This record gives sequence, C-alpha cells and structure tokens, in this order.
Amino acid sequence: MRNRPSHGNVSPLTVALRLAFAVAVGAAPAAALAKRVKLGVVTFLSGAAAGPFGVPAKNGAEIVIDALNAGTLPAPYKTKGLGGEQVELTFVDEAGGTTKQVNEYRNLVQRENADVVIGYISSGDCLAVAPLAEELKKLTVLFDCGTPRIFEDASYKYLFRTGPTATMDNVAAAFYVTQMKPNIKKFSGINQNYAWGQDSWNDFEAAMKALKPGIEVGTSQMPKLLAGQYGAEVSALLTSGAEVVHSSFWGGDTEALILQGAPRGLFTKTTVVLTAGEPTIVRLGTQVPEGTVIGARGPFDMFAPDIELNRWFRKAYEDKFKMAPSYPAYKMAQAILGVKAAYDKAQAANAGKAPSQEQVVAAFENLSFEGPGGRVEMSLGKGHQAVQGTAFGITKNVGGKVTMTNVKTYPASKVNPPDGVKSEDWIKAGFKAGK
Amino acid sequence: MTDLVSVLVDGIIYSSYLFIISVGLTLIYGVMKILNMAHGSLYALGAYVTATFVGFWFGHNLNPYVSFLLLPLAAVVVGLVAGPLIERGLLRFMYGKDEIVLVLVTYAILLILEDVIKLAWGVESYSAYQPYGLLGNFEVAGLPYTVYDALLVVVAIGVGVALTWVLTRTRQGKLLLAVIHDREVSAAMGINVQRVYTVTFTVGTMLAALGGALIAPKVSVVPAMGVDVIVLAFAVVVIGGLGSLPGAALGSVIVGLVRSTAVHHMPEVELFSIYFVMALVLIFRPKGLFSAAEARKI
Amino acid sequence: MIARDRTLAMLLIALPVCLAGGWLLPAWVQSLLVLALGKGLVVLGLVLLMRTGLVSFGQGLYFCLGAYAAVSVGKIFKLDNSILMSDALVMPLFGAAVAGVVALVLGFLLARYRAIFFAMLSLAFSMILYGLLIKIPALGSSDGFNISFKTVAGVAIAPAAQLYTLYAVAVVLVFFAALALHQYLRSHLGRLAEAVRDNELRVEYMGSSVRYVVHVNYVIAAVLAGLGGGLVGLSIGHVDPDLAYWTTSGEFVFVAVLGGTGSVAAPIIASLLFEAIKSAAYQYTPYTWQMVLGISLLLVIMFLPAGLWSVFQRRAKRA
Repeated sequence: MRNRPSHGNVSPLTVALRLAFAVAVGAAPAAALAKRVKLGVVTFLSGAAAGPFGVPAKNGAEIVIDALNAGTLPAPYKTKGLGGEQVELTFVDEAGGTTKQVNEYRNLVQRENADVVIGYISSGDCLAVAPLAEELKKLTVLFDCGTPRIFEDASYKYLFRTGPTATMDNVAAAFYVTQMKPNIKKFSGINQNYAWGQDSWNDFEAAMKALKPGIEVGTSQMPKLLAGQYGAEVSALLTSGAEVVHSSFWGGDTEALILQGAPRGLFTKTTVVLTAGEPTIVRLGTQVPEGTVIGARGPFDMFAPDIELNRWFRKAYEDKFKMAPSYPAYKMAQAILGVKAAYDKAQAANAGKAPSQEQVVAAFENLSFEGPGGRVEMSLGKGHQAVQGTAFGITKNVGGKVTMTNVKTYPASKVNPPDGVKSEDWIKAGFKAGK
Repeated sequence: MTDLVSVLVDGIIYSSYLFIISVGLTLIYGVMKILNMAHGSLYALGAYVTATFVGFWFGHNLNPYVSFLLLPLAAVVVGLVAGPLIERGLLRFMYGKDEIVLVLVTYAILLILEDVIKLAWGVESYSAYQPYGLLGNFEVAGLPYTVYDALLVVVAIGVGVALTWVLTRTRQGKLLLAVIHDREVSAAMGINVQRVYTVTFTVGTMLAALGGALIAPKVSVVPAMGVDVIVLAFAVVVIGGLGSLPGAALGSVIVGLVRSTAVHHMPEVELFSIYFVMALVLIFRPKGLFSAAEARKI
Repeated sequence: MIARDRTLAMLLIALPVCLAGGWLLPAWVQSLLVLALGKGLVVLGLVLLMRTGLVSFGQGLYFCLGAYAAVSVGKIFKLDNSILMSDALVMPLFGAAVAGVVALVLGFLLARYRAIFFAMLSLAFSMILYGLLIKIPALGSSDGFNISFKTVAGVAIAPAAQLYTLYAVAVVLVFFAALALHQYLRSHLGRLAEAVRDNELRVEYMGSSVRYVVHVNYVIAAVLAGLGGGLVGLSIGHVDPDLAYWTTSGEFVFVAVLGGTGSVAAPIIASLLFEAIKSAAYQYTPYTWQMVLGISLLLVIMFLPAGLWSVFQRRAKRA
C-alpha cells in the first residue's frame, strides 16, 4: 500500500496552488489602455492550414492595418485608424481545436481587453466562438469560415461575417459546369471527410440535381482530411465515367491530388472543379493542369474587379511579400475594411466623435461597403452575414503563367438565398427565390 | 473484372505505402519494446529533408535521374543524425521504465520534433514532385498508373526481404534475435546490448525517414503530415502483431486491400475501415496475427 | 485510520474554500478552472486504471460520449427545451451514465487485454466513435454543435451567474467523485487493483477474479470520463468529434503521469497545473508551446518518476 494517500497536507496546498496560479495569471498584462483600439486577429499560424490560409490572412491584416494607421488607404477609407484612434494588432494562433479557441477567445477579450476580434478559418471554431462573443458582448467579425449554419441556425447581435458562405461557391460551380457542359450526364466528387467537404459536396450535388434533373452521380469519394494518398480514389474517379469531378480540397491535399491525379490523366479525362483552388495556383503556378475549373470563394485575386482598392492592395501585398495575395488575404482585408466602414458610419452619426461599440454594431448591420473584391452587402442573417458575387474560370497557361479563360461572374443575388431562407432549402427548391 | 484488378492494384500500392511507414515502428518495438510515437515526426523529417535536397538538385539543374538517389540519402542522413541523438541523448536514460512511460517519452519527443520542424522549415508547404513524374506511366486493365508507384511496391518488398535476410542469415541479425528473446541472458553471454539498441534505433529512424522520403514526391510536404501516419502505422503493426516483420507485411496487405475495396465500393466507410479491421483482428487474435508467445511470470 | 480522516478533512476544507475562492477569480480563470476540473475527473479515472496496471489511450471515447450524450439524445428525440438539454447537473450525470453503460458492454471484451494491447484496442474504439460522429450530419459532423444550460437541478440561473454556477457544479462534482473514489480505493475491491497490477496469478489464487476487478475499474473510469466530458462540453459551450481523437486521450495519459497515482488529489492538481502551463505556453511561447509541453513531460519523467505527487510525499515525510 505504498501509494496510500496518507501523507501530505493537501488542502492548504491545493488552495495555495490555486491562489498562486490565479495571482500569476491574473497579474499578467492588463494592457496599457491609452487611446488605442486593440484588434485581436485569430488565424492559423501553425498546422496544415497555416501555409495556404493562415499566413496570407495574417499578411493581409498587416498590410491593411499599417496603411490604416498611416492614413494611406485609398478612398473611401482615407481617415486614420478606427474612430480616430490607432489600431494595435494582436495575433492568436487558430490551431489546437475548439476547446483551445474558446479559451483563447475569452483570454483575448477578458485578459487582453481586445476591442474587436477578427478571425476564424475553421467553421468549427466559428460555431464554437459565436455564442461566447454574444455572451461577452464583443464585436466579433468572422472573415473566412464557410458554413451557413452560423446565421441560419441562430441570430446574433455582436457577431458578423464579412465573407460569403460556402454555399455560394458550390452553387456557382454548378451553374458554371452546367453552362459549360449543357449535356452533362454524370458527375463525381472527391471531398475531405469532414463538415467542410461533406457540406460542399451536398450543396454541389443538390444544385446539380436541381439544374439537371435526372443527372447521375458517378462516385462520391470522401478521403480523410490530410490523407495524402489518393491512388485508389483517382482510380475510382477515372472508372466512374463522370465528365466532371467536383472537389473542395484545400492546401496540401489539393497539391497532392494534383501531383497524383495529373500524371494519371484525371485532369484531362475529366473536368476537375476546384471550388477553393485559387491559393493552389498562387503556390503551384503552371503545375496546375490546364483546363481546370477554379474558384476563389468570391471575387478575389484573379477574379477581383479593376478598382482602386484592389490595385492598391495587390501592389502593397506583392511589394512586401513578393507573391500574389490569395483569397484569404483578400477576405481578411475585406473584414478589416468592413469594421472600418462601420466605425466611420457610426462616427459620422455620432457628430464626428469616437463611437461606442453599440453604435459601431448598429452601423455594421445591413452595411454596404467596398472591399478589394468590390461591393459587400451585409444582407443575410438579419444584416450580419455578407453576400457577394463570385466567379469561376478555367486555367490556361500563357507564357509560363497561369491565366483564366472563360471567366463567368455571378451576381450575389443569383448564388445566395434570400434572407431567412436556409441555403439547403433554397437549393432544393430550385433556387426559386434567388432569381 | 477490370474492377477487381484495379481494387487489387490500388490495394497493393497502398499496402506498400503502409509497409514502408510501419516497418521501422515494428522493428524498434520488437527489439527495444518501445512503441515509438515520434515515428510520424521522423517520417515528416525525412520528407522535409528530401524536399530540401530535391529542391536544391532541381534548382541547380543537375541530372534529374540522379535525383532518385537523394531519397535514400535523405533517409540515411536523418537516421544517422536523429537516431543516435535521440537514443544516446535521451532514451538510454529511460530503459527499464514501464512500457507506457516509454510511450510517453516518445510522445514528448514527438511534441518537440513537431516544433523543431516548424522552426526549421516554417509553415509553408514544400514539394519534391519532380521525381514522381519522371518515369512515366503504365497501364493495367485500361487504367494508367505511375511507374513511381510500381517502384514503391518494389522498394517495399526489397526492404522486407533485406531485413528478413539480415535478421535470419547474418551474425548481427542472430545476435539481435538473441537480444529480442532475452535481454539479460544476451548481456550475460557478452552481447553488447547497448550497441544493439543504438543500431536498432538508428535503423528504425532511417526506415521512418525513408517512408517520408519516398512519399515526399507524391504529396505536398506540410506541417502535421506525420500525425496521421503514426496512427496508421500503429494500426498496421498492432494488426500484424507488435514486433513482427511478417506481421507488418500481412497487416499492410490486409489494410491496403480493405481500404481499396472500400474506396471503390463503399467510399462512405473508408474513414473507419482501418480501425474496424484493427478491432476485429484484436477481438479474435488479442495480440495480433503474428505474436510471439510470452513466458508467464509468477 | 488517521490517514483517512486527513483526506476526508482536506476534502471537506477544500470544498468551501474553492467555492468561496472561485467567486473572487476573474471570469477567464473560472472558465479555465472548470475545464481543468472536468479533465481532472477523466484523469482521476485513468489513474484508477493505472493502479490496476492498465493505461487507456482511448478515454476520449467516454469523454466525448459524456459531452455529446445529453444533447444528442435530446436532438434525436426532438426534446427541445427539456431538462436533458438545459440542466448543468443533469447533462453531465446523463453523460456519465451513458459512458458507464457503454463501458459495461465494451468491458467484457477489454477486460481480457493488458498492456499495450489494452491501450491500442481502447484507442481503436475511440477512433471508431470519432469516425462515426464525423459521418452524422444531424450532429454537425466535424463541426459539432453548441450546447448551453439554463438551470441547475431545475433552478433557473441568470446568464450573468452562469459561469460561476458551472464552476460551483464542477467543484461539487469533483468533491463527490474524489470522496467516492477515496472510499472505493480503501475497500476490498479497490485494494485488489494494485494486487492485479503486481501479479494477476496471485490474485486468482487468492480466489478473486482479475477480470471482474479490471471490468469494475474500467467502468468507474469511464463514468468519471463521461462526467468530465459533460462538464468540459458545458464550459466550452461546444462539442465536436475532436473530443474522441487520440491526441485528446494522449493528453489525459500525459496529465496522469504528471500527477502520479499517489492520491485522489494528484490528478486534479496535475490537471490544474497542466492547464495553467498550457495557457501560459500559448501566451508566452505561441510558436513553440508543443516543445514546452514536451520538455516539461520529459523533466517530470526523469526527475519525478512517481509524478508531481511524490514532491508532496517527500516533503511530508521529511516534516
């Protein structure tokens, strides 16, 4: 019985430990609160999503905030800072799962006293953080995650999402494919086996069936996230007899699918649609096979309009980071500019004085603002969820560079459900209210 | 018929991948009774070093066909550096501890290595794609396959045969078998058990890195690529019987074929096919398919 | 007998002190403590298994079941607004019960296994649950779903008081769990655990069933894991299949080794310390927190092979 708990004086120790812990962490920086707006930015800085999404988003935030503080942003954002105050950036790593993210969010708001939180690429993190943002009454802007569940299953006051939902990507992809191949008989899919991949496939499949009644599904492959080996999947896709293969793969998985699929003719025997393929073009360039249908989850990068804000953003990004900004960088810029626009609007309504958070939140609802990808309307989810148009195109290599041909743009109203209608129902009803 | 053939071919290619990633794990367990959780990180390390080598090679426009030699070279480099470093620097202080404590030690190594890789290579993805397409394609039953994948099968069989030969036909191998059978008696008979451990761990590390090196040209080398591999390798090794070389081979083939069948016919169950096989095998053969008899200690 | 009085006394003192002390803490510390206490319960169960000589790399199975159970059952049977989906006491207890039932069934199989095979088979089962949850869109697939509570034992709680209430529930549940386990360890069956670890044949010769001892301890560990999962789910306000992923289970083993098997207080203290280290590592070394954890683990194994608890034991002996 050598382990019998017969020694030690635990109670005081437990208490002492807890107190010491509380003092140690409680005494941590309460932060200098001098006239600054503290902006917490949460994005992947480690793990598999850091390279394709997290880091470009972080870069995008740095570019926009530097210009915002210096007052060098193009119109209509020429005034310095937010509400006249300089913005201080704090980055938090999104890796580690929802348990960690919920705690980190709490720390950001209650320990670091952040004034605004912008972030979240993973839909799971967005869902987990949403009720807490409401509980802590903190202006929180989701910039990238795709699930429509957030504002379709609940409504929020302090939570906004400036990026469009993933439904738009897959509906637009279905429009594009059916326009390109009006006589299509069969399509297949390869998507990662988690919510993002499953939702993307379900939306695409439903949209295809709504557009072409009687169309057949060849095979729906669902490999594990980060599986890396797609040999059997490529064989199954090749034998499925499909004319089109839909994929919402991202990051390393897209690259592996291209590396393993291209030599075996997947990209020549079928038309592959990569709904989130744009960052892969930034990474792999002409290694992405010609004739691949590419989306950028909105009017970003090569699909961005030729406006002053876009020209400025591209140049600033390329000058500083020596590469093109991919869509996560655009979406981060869009989120920060949305906050800026809401602040400006609230400030104007407040006789030019720095607005309170409540005023900013009120101004943000149903806001219409300009981003580097063009106009953004906060028109879904009772004015909290953005809609935007989107575009798809086909890759073509010209002089060692990837260019887009057959680009088709879709206005926001055509690829998003009206407010109050669930995406799923809207697609199944044949996009009835959408036209 | 074509269908059956492609299930078989895809299954065999996947099996060879599984065998390559799990053979080092079973070797280390067999000799040292350590279930090496850091195996996946060593695999990733092999992939990163390969990506660096291959990137350098093609960056300098050197003979592309020679680049195949870079893959085993990367594995040897990782093995010779990381193997002795971990075994001499850390593990040897832990021998004699409970098996589970040793698992935790290697778990700590995994955590440290993940960050070491991040510090050294950052979070961007790397590729070493050039060797993959170099050898062209061949067709089986109307479906194209890459020659590189066929090569993987050959390498997997080669590694298996070579290890079996070393273990059963050479003096060193027989000494190793003696150590596996009874460490104390071997030491009493004058076998340098310490050295056997160092060599085994180094070879095991090399094999882990070889897995990463051979897979690197097919994938994009990204952070966390090893985390998945470790669970796959565990499953294969447990199915086959921990520490058994033929077990790892048979385990790989079973899992490879089951998975390939699932992908072709029931893609929705692919995710847990491997755990299902593992649970099923363990229920009927609690110690895996090939397991050594253990003396009961009273 | 003095020993029992001491443990009992310390638990009885700790209860009001923690309840009152928690009130003074900032909200984010309270939240962290609920998390640590919930995970501490899982580790408590794991330590019981370790005393039996078994290490489970699959406690995530019961942790996840405990977190999912109440609301999932509510969702499946469309019991909106029922007490099952909104009571901070009922939800973890229901989760614990579900975990216990599943463990009772799986225990018939797992009680036959030892050492690494026990560890791997339990891992396989937790990964099967993970795979299943990913395939259930009604439960949110990998994104999971949000959970919240409105009442405690039927009493409505104002939103502003929810965090502290949950903390108090966690403290009380941990108190009773620790008390019960402490009593159990002193019972005949409880004492057999270590005998099984040391030599199974002798236990059988003495006329006790090893399999029965293992099975009972396995179920108790699962119940504790389910209870902990229920609490953690409520404290996060969100559950997802990651709760069943093998790395979650690995973390529990990590904390169990950190604490050692010395006392029922060890796992709880280790869990608090672990969450504190993690939180500090995230804050001060955001890019290398894994390395910090790995090095701390190595240091504990090397210098405190019997866990942190051995520090207190040594000090007490000297005194």
